[in-house]
Amino acid sequence: MTQTNTPSKVIENIITALKNQPGALLPILHGIQDELGFIPSTAVPDIAKGLNLSRAEIHGVISFYHYFRDTPPGKHTIHICRAESCQAMGGKALESHVKAKLGIDYHETTGDGKFSLEPVYCLGNCACSPALQLDKEDVYGRVTPELFDAIINELGA
Amino acid sequence: MSITIYVSGDSSAISLGANRVAMAILNEAEKRDIDIHLVRNGSRGLYWLEPLVEVEVNAGLFDADFINGGTHSLALGATEEIPYFKKQQRLTFARVGITDPISLEDYVAHNGYKGLENALKMSQAEIVKQVTDSGLRGRGGAAFPTGIKWNTVLNTPSEQKYIICNADEGDSGTFSDRMIMEGDPFVLIEGMTIAGLAVGATQGYIYLRVEYPHAQKALNAAIKKAYENNYLGENIQGSGKTFNLEVRLGAGAYVCGEETSLMESLEGKRGLVRFKPPLPAISGLFGKPTVVNNVISLASVPIILDKGGDYYRDFGMGRSRGTLPLQLAGNLKHTGLVEIAFGLTLRELLYDFGGGSASGRPIKAVQVGGPLGAFVHESQFDTPLDYEAFAANWTVLGHGGVVAFDDTVNMAEMARYAMEFCAEESCGKCTPCRIGSTRGFEVMDDIINNVDREKNIVLLRSLCDTLLNGSLCALGGMTPYPVLSALNHFPEDFGA
Repeated sequence: MTQTNTPSKVIENIITALKNQPGALLPILHGIQDELGFIPSTAVPDIAKGLNLSRAEIHGVISFYHYFRDTPPGKHTIHICRAESCQAMGGKALESHVKAKLGIDYHETTGDGKFSLEPVYCLGNCACSPALQLDKEDVYGRVTPELFDAIINELGA
Repeated sequence: MSITIYVSGDSSAISLGANRVAMAILNEAEKRDIDIHLVRNGSRGLYWLEPLVEVEVNAGLFDADFINGGTHSLALGATEEIPYFKKQQRLTFARVGITDPISLEDYVAHNGYKGLENALKMSQAEIVKQVTDSGLRGRGGAAFPTGIKWNTVLNTPSEQKYIICNADEGDSGTFSDRMIMEGDPFVLIEGMTIAGLAVGATQGYIYLRVEYPHAQKALNAAIKKAYENNYLGENIQGSGKTFNLEVRLGAGAYVCGEETSLMESLEGKRGLVRFKPPLPAISGLFGKPTVVNNVISLASVPIILDKGGDYYRDFGMGRSRGTLPLQLAGNLKHTGLVEIAFGLTLRELLYDFGGGSASGRPIKAVQVGGPLGAFVHESQFDTPLDYEAFAANWTVLGHGGVVAFDDTVNMAEMARYAMEFCAEESCGKCTPCRIGSTRGFEVMDDIINNVDREKNIVLLRSLCDTLLNGSLCALGGMTPYPVLSALNHFPEDFGA
């Protein structure tokens, strides 16, 4: 087992590894979020220094992109597609069910820290609507409220 | 003898349980000591049938004797004979669902890299001429002639040029780019390599949306193999030519599908739209001449270079040449991918392929061309799928996304959603889009809640006029398409 690095060490390593790429900022931000789950505000000055940019510029980029977050997510993040195809297949009802079931709205995390809920505008799973994504890679199609309950029960909700 | 079984590894198929099916087949085969070779292919695009199991040989599952072609209530016969598939003309998607996506050997065995082989024997101008002759137009939606764009970059001297693949497939209702990237990544790599040769660019970037992790994996695996086998890097196949390729991830901003915003993002900045001119072909990424093409445009290049511009041009109608991969989504019985020559009518697509609504209720409206496309009314369903015919109707063919709604949809709600989406995704650089979109959904709320309805409809039209004519890019400029088409075709939903 390798020694776990502290967050600041993780951030430093990522900056060092990537800062010389052309257009390095997004890869660095992705690197940090992949490792830590979010981009801590304490990372901003380090990134700014590494790339010779102002802190305002780094903050501006982080806040521009929906995907980047500056607070820790819940253990699992659920992205629900709000786009047209999903709406045509009962997406709004699913959205209401999920919010009620978890007791949270978009951009919120459940009190026990298990689930964060985010909207997404299309997962490219439009032929299998309505769709949702669990964490980074698990996409579910033709999701009914019952299927959603089964998915989160499996995760020990 | 090993039996080859195909269960798609496409993310939509996985969303319907393909991984569980694949695992069950492997387990059961092991238990029965049957030697199988399981291929996780791309999807055939027949999503209404996914998860689809295909068996190569005398073709139901184990108890239904599926390995030997026994009869089973779910057996469909040969995939190629399913009318939905058989009636298509698959040029760009020729290999998707047939090959192992990240097998270079499979790719080459199925006519891969023939286009590059030819391109390596041609002059730069000759490659551009083939693409120009093919009549290929930008499949991202703008339909700008690809050959003309390439020619501009070719003729702009610079020591560094770039090829960017716009894989930020943010248009809701579309998934053809994803299918290519997951199902046949080499075809995109080949197309970009040819583009690099044609214009003299040695560096390519695929700007991929972060929502597509499966595509990212497939692309990176394929790029690695291409490097290992000298299809990327220096001295490609002994030609002395160089082309390097890298995948870069977006971060959930719809506006980054706009080419100048995309380049800002690649440069590590906020995705603010740039003023044009200068055109990206003259001054693009890092100020250098840059080709920015959509996934499907680039993935159509290999077959054009393989079979010639004329071959591709002979498909289609009017000024829309070749084929268009259409994506059937929303409330349709048979959702999926239909690649077919331009010229089919929307009605044929919706009913002959799509099978009508999934709910069995009448189709009320169809949004074609993504979230900025107009809602098409039933009276317009006989419009042929052709860029000009759609434009003449004030509708948009765009990237070929087709989202159907049955009669339970409220079009005022959809118009409100269009404004809300624009407000959510506006980059904020120009005032009409930044402020107009927020005012737009406030006005729509009043209309829906019957507050000064008539006055607010006048206001909505005026606001749309400002967005349409005053926005910097298509986001603000086209949001009026869904809003006004909903208002004009379905006034009853707006209280008329």
